[in-house]
Amino acid sequence: MKADVPPSGPPLVELKGISKRYGDLLANDGIDLSIEPGEIHALLGENGAGKSTLVKILYGVIEPSAGEIRWEGRPVTIGSPVEARALGLGMVFQHFSLFDELSVAENIAVALSNEWSLSTVRSKLGEISRTYGLALDADRAVWTLSAGERQRIEIVRCLLQNPRLLILDEPTSVLTPQEAEHLFTTLDRLSAEGCSILYISHKLEEVRRLCRRATILRAGRVVATIDPRASSAREIAALMVGNEVGEVRTDAPHQVKGEILRVSKLSMPPDGLHGQALRDIDLVVRSGEVVGIAGVAGNGQSELFAALSGERLADRADAIVIAGKPSGTLGIDARRRLSAAFVPEERLGHAAAPSHRLSENTLISHAAIEVSRSGFILMNAARRVARSIVQSFDVRTPEGDPQARKLSGGNLQKFVIGREIIRKPNLIIVDQPTWGVDAGAARLIRQALVDLSREGSAVLVVSQDLDELFEVADRMAVIHQGILSPLKPIGEWTKEAVGLEMLGVAQAQGGTRAV
Amino acid sequence: MRFELTPRTNISPVMRAVAPVVAFITAFLIAGFVIWLMGRSPIAAFDVYVLQPLSDPWSLQELVVKATPLALIAIGLSYCFRANLWNIGAEGQYTMGAIFGSWLALNTHGTDAGLWVLPLMLLLSILGGALYGLIPAFLKTRFGVNEILTSLMLVYVAQQILDYLARGPWRDPKGFNFPQSVTFDPAATLPSILEESRVHYGAIFALVAILVTAVILGRTLFGYRLKLTGDAPRAAQFAGFSARSTTLAVFAISGGLAGLAGIVEVSGQIGQIQPSISNNYGFTAITVAFLGRLNPVGILIASLVVALTFIGGENAQILLKLPLDLTQAFQGILLMCVLAADAMVSYRIRFATRGGGK
Amino acid sequence: MTTFEAILLTIVTASTPLLIAALGELVTERSGVLNLGVEGMMAMGAACSFAAAVTFDSTVLGVAAGMLAGALMAALFALLVLGFAANQTGSGLALTILGLGLSGLVGAPFVGARRDPVPPVDIPGLSDIPVIGRLFFEQDLFVYASITLTILVALYLVRTRSGLTLRSIGENHTSANALGLPVWRVRFWAILFGGACAGLAGAYLALVYTRFWSPGMTAGRGWIALALVVFAAWRPGWVLVGAYIFGAATVLQLHAQAAQFGVPSQLLSAVPYLATILALLLLSIRHGRAIGAPGSLGVPFVPDR
Repeated sequence: MKADVPPSGPPLVELKGISKRYGDLLANDGIDLSIEPGEIHALLGENGAGKSTLVKILYGVIEPSAGEIRWEGRPVTIGSPVEARALGLGMVFQHFSLFDELSVAENIAVALSNEWSLSTVRSKLGEISRTYGLALDADRAVWTLSAGERQRIEIVRCLLQNPRLLILDEPTSVLTPQEAEHLFTTLDRLSAEGCSILYISHKLEEVRRLCRRATILRAGRVVATIDPRASSAREIAALMVGNEVGEVRTDAPHQVKGEILRVSKLSMPPDGLHGQALRDIDLVVRSGEVVGIAGVAGNGQSELFAALSGERLADRADAIVIAGKPSGTLGIDARRRLSAAFVPEERLGHAAAPSHRLSENTLISHAAIEVSRSGFILMNAARRVARSIVQSFDVRTPEGDPQARKLSGGNLQKFVIGREIIRKPNLIIVDQPTWGVDAGAARLIRQALVDLSREGSAVLVVSQDLDELFEVADRMAVIHQGILSPLKPIGEWTKEAVGLEMLGVAQAQGGTRAV
Repeated sequence: MRFELTPRTNISPVMRAVAPVVAFITAFLIAGFVIWLMGRSPIAAFDVYVLQPLSDPWSLQELVVKATPLALIAIGLSYCFRANLWNIGAEGQYTMGAIFGSWLALNTHGTDAGLWVLPLMLLLSILGGALYGLIPAFLKTRFGVNEILTSLMLVYVAQQILDYLARGPWRDPKGFNFPQSVTFDPAATLPSILEESRVHYGAIFALVAILVTAVILGRTLFGYRLKLTGDAPRAAQFAGFSARSTTLAVFAISGGLAGLAGIVEVSGQIGQIQPSISNNYGFTAITVAFLGRLNPVGILIASLVVALTFIGGENAQILLKLPLDLTQAFQGILLMCVLAADAMVSYRIRFATRGGGK
Repeated sequence: MTTFEAILLTIVTASTPLLIAALGELVTERSGVLNLGVEGMMAMGAACSFAAAVTFDSTVLGVAAGMLAGALMAALFALLVLGFAANQTGSGLALTILGLGLSGLVGAPFVGARRDPVPPVDIPGLSDIPVIGRLFFEQDLFVYASITLTILVALYLVRTRSGLTLRSIGENHTSANALGLPVWRVRFWAILFGGACAGLAGAYLALVYTRFWSPGMTAGRGWIALALVVFAAWRPGWVLVGAYIFGAATVLQLHAQAAQFGVPSQLLSAVPYLATILALLLLSIRHGRAIGAPGSLGVPFVPDR
């Protein structure tokens, strides 16, 4: 499958045989890729396929182990991002390269060359903002901005340097559907002006919307270069994943019974300088159902998780009722004893200690319950628990009882979810269950959560991934600036309605409605 | 030119064990160079610093005597450092423990108070050190004040208090105006383990502390709690281990052990209160704790090794006219070498040059 | 000169070393590196400056030697924390222990020697203004230099591109690295600057403040300088204010000791240290945890390559 872009002169950039080795791992293996002037080229692949490594090499952040980069036909060495920018490359990072405490103008100036003073940045910023509809206030501190606004800073930072090639790494992962559409318009316009764009994503829909050529990576190799509009979603998915990933089955017979978790009028002040306060959260999760909470990152999800898990305590015990017992002022251990289980967003450092072995990591959530006696650790019991998690949840480990950090993202996520599910909890609360996880692991995790609910547990899933929520949730609500919309059955939501809630538009219009 | 650090994927236990030895040898070479710069023979210095003390029975006993407070304090500090909490005020907690214990010794002086005096002195010293250690811990947990600075400041305060007591209320009226107290009664003196030996029961306390700590750190949930708090604080919170109580606990433990070291030294070694009762033990124990890699057995060995530098330093002062400060400088170099060796174990380090470099 | 004027003058003298050392540490910390070795660098600065000044009978050479010694100590620290990504707290403590020990070796031959006072620089006209004239305009050169340094550091951080780069690196070294900012290079120079300042502060102690050398003469001033940076919420202007408050506390307790109020002198000697704890406490109560602390402060930097 070769796409039909007419070659006219040399491509803008050409990668030949790029490889990058990290110890035993070959993150990139002989990658060839070329981008024509003015083209929007997609780089597709699932998590861990080597996309981020490849663009970091192109942008000079990391050094390739082998291979050649040609810019307009002539070989170049890109030793640092500064050199990349001098060539005409601009990059919008997935996890933004911004400085929270600095102002918008300072954030932009620091990445530009010396001739840019703060005042020139300010005046140019206004100009660019007007031209491309990217409104930004030069003097605001970055931590006060939304994810969409932060991304604008990254984009403006690139545009100010008149880039020939703009690289965007998973740009829509933190955007609402509406913000994403706005971004696509900007990109179309840039492409029309002759700027090439390398668009990295694992979402087929948006790639088909934007691009006419897509290079697909799998396990560090190029598996195909195709026209995404000419291939079916199923074909592309198969190329990305290697084998077909089935859908999550949610049709097992189940009964929704009594409520396990009731949250009423839960409010909480922000934690730390830049946290989000929670305001009057009401929520009920019943036995046998999966409840989803959607929202753009930073709207109170982690605060809600901390409040529900007991990592932060509420001021009223009855703000959170677990299995009939007022628990708002109980610590996380006491809540676990009420048969509640929790999986936080961060795998490394929060759910698991990176340098500890898996058996030790079971102590984190099982200590109070089964792997210690009168203060002494039952190491054999811990090892047994770890082994059975590894077996039941298909966790691929390099050795018998490895350190947590030696597992890939997907395998570690299976472990930390498995660690909770294996206890058969009556309530499980999961924050971003499949963030940065490969498709196979994601499917396994979603299925495990759905199965748990069908066996009679209450499952609460907080996620930024709307597709995921539409796949697994029975009921859903949206969180925006610490306020939770009413819960509605999943069938009553449309993507557009969710997007409006995520932007806070629905709230501003006085209450939610199905659009 | 620039550095490149690559985290090592496989760290062999051999490397871990060898690293402090390599650090120690490197530190010796650097110190030898410094001594050579000072116009002395490094070989003669090595003889005086290391070989002579190790071949003399009296020095060997002295070695154990000096290692005792170091081991007691360092084993306490290992609780803090494992949890990534920085108690650098052990010197103050040591002083406060000595003051608390000595209070009883001086108040029972000249009475026929019996066997209960000494155990109570020991308990008081633990209490005094623990309470003093809890001040920075409390300021941190309650108000978020940096524990490094407060614990250090409290060292100076404790030393002033001791100075005041030794020159003021506790001064021996018959002591020709020397700033020192009366000599402790036998009932308030920590006895030697053997007749005619300088090694007192403090050494036993240190060994017990090391053994108990080995069990706590290796086998108990509390030990895991410290490790988790130090390695992944958010995971510790997620496990239900409150950072506050961990902080208070480790400061109380390390303060208590430092306090015990204080009374052990005053009661078993000095025999009275005077303005200076420490050989910088509280600070040196930081080096000991790191040199022993926060591991109980390692700390036992490290305390003996560092005690050797004290005795060697005293020898060198007498025999070679080398200043005592050389010992402290050596300890600084040693600590640096240990930290660098630790880093070399965790990372592969190379110097690299690259075209168009940064 | 009245007693009151004399006291004010000594306050300025007592504050200046704190100010200089704290400014240096502030720049180091704003780049994201916590150097706890100020006390050691200061001690080395004092010993080396005094040794050089006596040997060559030159204050200028003494000051240069002090700054050089501080910077060399800092370079050692930089090697550990940048080159080996070693633990910053441990490395700083090691630097302090080493500096206190080495300073004893360097200074030992000079115990008992004395230097002549460094003449004050009189700004004609202005110094004739009553009270404040002598206070502000007839000080030694270091005092003027320390005030100028405060202003320069403040301007550097806020107004210059290089200052912006330094702040960005201190705020988030991962982002800075992704943008290609030279994390290591900037931090190296910031650490060196901190060392040179600590050395200068030590030189001031030995050559101006006491004019002799004795072991342990820094007496915790390096630690107080560290506390000042926290107290000032990492802002140069507040470092100036804080340094003068602490200088005043130190001098007033000395005068109180001389006046023999019947309070034990040891209690008064403990005042600067107790005041430091109190200041940190009040700051924390008012602002909560570590307000203004650079985001990457104390975190070892290992880029992903």
